[in-house]
Amino acid sequence: MPEQTYLDAIRSGLEEEMRRDPAVYIFGEDVALGGPFGVTKGLAEMFGANRTVNTPISEATVMGLAIGTATAGLRPVIEIMFIDFITLAMDQLINHAAKLHYMSGGQLKIPLTVRVQCGISGAMGAHHSQSLESWLAHVPGLKVVMPANPADAKGLLKSAIRDDNPVVFIEHRALYWTKGEVPANEQSVALGKAARLREGKDLTIVALSSMVAPAMTAAQELAAEGISVEVIDPRTISPLDIDTIVNSVKKTGRMIVTHEAVEHGGIGAEIVSRVQQEAFYFLDSPIIRVAAPFAPVPAGPTLEKLFLPNHERIVAACRGAVAAS
Amino acid sequence: MAIKKENSKDVIELLRRMWLIRAFEEKVSALYAERQIVGLLHLGIGQEAVAVGALSLLRADDLVYGGHRSHGHAIAKGADVNKLMAEIAGRASGYCGGRGGSMHIVAKECGFITATGVVGGTIPLALGAAFAAKERKKGQLTVVFFGDGAGQSGPFHESLNIASLWQLPVIFVCENNGYAEFTPLSAHTKIERLAQHAKTYGIPADTVDGNDLFAVRATMRKAVDQCRAGKGPIFVECLTHRMRGHYEGDPAKYRELSQLAEWKKKDPIARVAGALKRQKALTDKELAKMASEAQALAERAAQFALASPWPQADAVADQVYAVANT
Repeated sequence: MPEQTYLDAIRSGLEEEMRRDPAVYIFGEDVALGGPFGVTKGLAEMFGANRTVNTPISEATVMGLAIGTATAGLRPVIEIMFIDFITLAMDQLINHAAKLHYMSGGQLKIPLTVRVQCGISGAMGAHHSQSLESWLAHVPGLKVVMPANPADAKGLLKSAIRDDNPVVFIEHRALYWTKGEVPANEQSVALGKAARLREGKDLTIVALSSMVAPAMTAAQELAAEGISVEVIDPRTISPLDIDTIVNSVKKTGRMIVTHEAVEHGGIGAEIVSRVQQEAFYFLDSPIIRVAAPFAPVPAGPTLEKLFLPNHERIVAACRGAVAAS
Repeated sequence: MAIKKENSKDVIELLRRMWLIRAFEEKVSALYAERQIVGLLHLGIGQEAVAVGALSLLRADDLVYGGHRSHGHAIAKGADVNKLMAEIAGRASGYCGGRGGSMHIVAKECGFITATGVVGGTIPLALGAAFAAKERKKGQLTVVFFGDGAGQSGPFHESLNIASLWQLPVIFVCENNGYAEFTPLSAHTKIERLAQHAKTYGIPADTVDGNDLFAVRATMRKAVDQCRAGKGPIFVECLTHRMRGHYEGDPAKYRELSQLAEWKKKDPIARVAGALKRQKALTDKELAKMASEAQALAERAAQFALASPWPQADAVADQVYAVANT
């Protein structure tokens, strides 16, 4: 299989879907120029500026506009440059996109893909570094996807664009330049299916997005200590493939959940709740979350590093879980 | 008020539609008072000339977006009053199966795409529909209704900017009824006429007497022609007044009784009826018959709604997501 960066995989997913379906349109700030990271580079030249549409910095209205095109038969993809700015578009996304199918008794469908990038990289501070996925996963009617590698990024994006519902597709900026094998053909990856990245018998780590790589590193380190770790990437947090997680925990009896978002009220809490309900008698130790502190993201590089959960913290949590039972 | 260039046969049909809206909303109000309908209801009694005048010139495939006070817009676009009443009453036979209610009417079959509970919430949606229509190149128009209260919101201004920038085929119809919820426009902005905002963004705009059906029609005729010819967006501000409170149950103490009496003299239905009578197109008896026919249709809609079953219990969390190929 050919290697691609996460960023190129997303770009080729967009290109393939625009070629496949003339109803796919892209809207966003600077998208015709490629955007700040080059994800949409070349698409305006390939498909025309009418299908790769530069918009003013008017997130609330552009989100509504994209939803409106969906109510009138298009399959829009909107790029919100940083997830922090999705706050400006929340009325349209939450009150309109997420609810129109239900509120209309099924008369309307909103096949909208919202591409955003999130997370910490490059000391950009509290307005360009957040992880807000748990807000979005709390809203009925939205699907929320967080790919952790290039193949999933491309395959899940294709599924998101083909889905008849609003899907928030959350890319992680720090992953853009990471490489991985990506199938060259038109393969899509189903939404709502977790991936088991490593098999183990002593403990399950559920890791999201940027935390998948540190979780894999931690699993490798722990293997040297004789702790066998299973790693699961949910990939989609709404709908959440809880069965894959529960089945893993029933086997291992221990679980760590890790994400870059702040711990309090994060999606980890939902995962923990579901696991304790469905696998309570299989648990050998309390479930531990490894996530960010309950604070805005600091801008300075030293503080930012302290804020970010890492593989050392995952290793420590795993050792603690094993020692507790 | 003069009929001028209008054909009196057409005007009779328009009056019939205005009466239907009035009778329908009066019935909604009565059912609410009897607690046969519950919920948050915003009636547009007194504003019928805007809905009927603006939408009477559209094609069936033109798309309409409303606001929270949009029963009249849906009826003017051709919505079935039985299914509309059933929706407001929360019944399974309603347009949205009882999930939308008064503020979230969707009647896709007749091109009334959606209303919204958020002030100004459909303005950006209408831009999107207009964008799609422009790409399809079939001359479809989009009309969006909103009130003066939306004129101080961010998306209103962003939308005017983008509609103008991209020359989208959208007609903005502002129902300036002078009140944003309980507060007069003058307490929210120094801008007296919302049409001024449109002009700032380079959009042609007119302000008309929204209680004059013929004035609304004349302005809309010009707007529809220009917009369909690909000349970009148009803004039509209609000065009107809601004869009820902001919502049913609102005592509307913020409004002077003298002001209400003044507006009653400008009742849009009475004005059209008067014009037809002066033309000797209709007699008093025929006008009274028209009113009672509208009331009978509203009554029948109420009976249909109240006799309809409530939604099944499993509908509470059904259709949250669209399933492929359905």
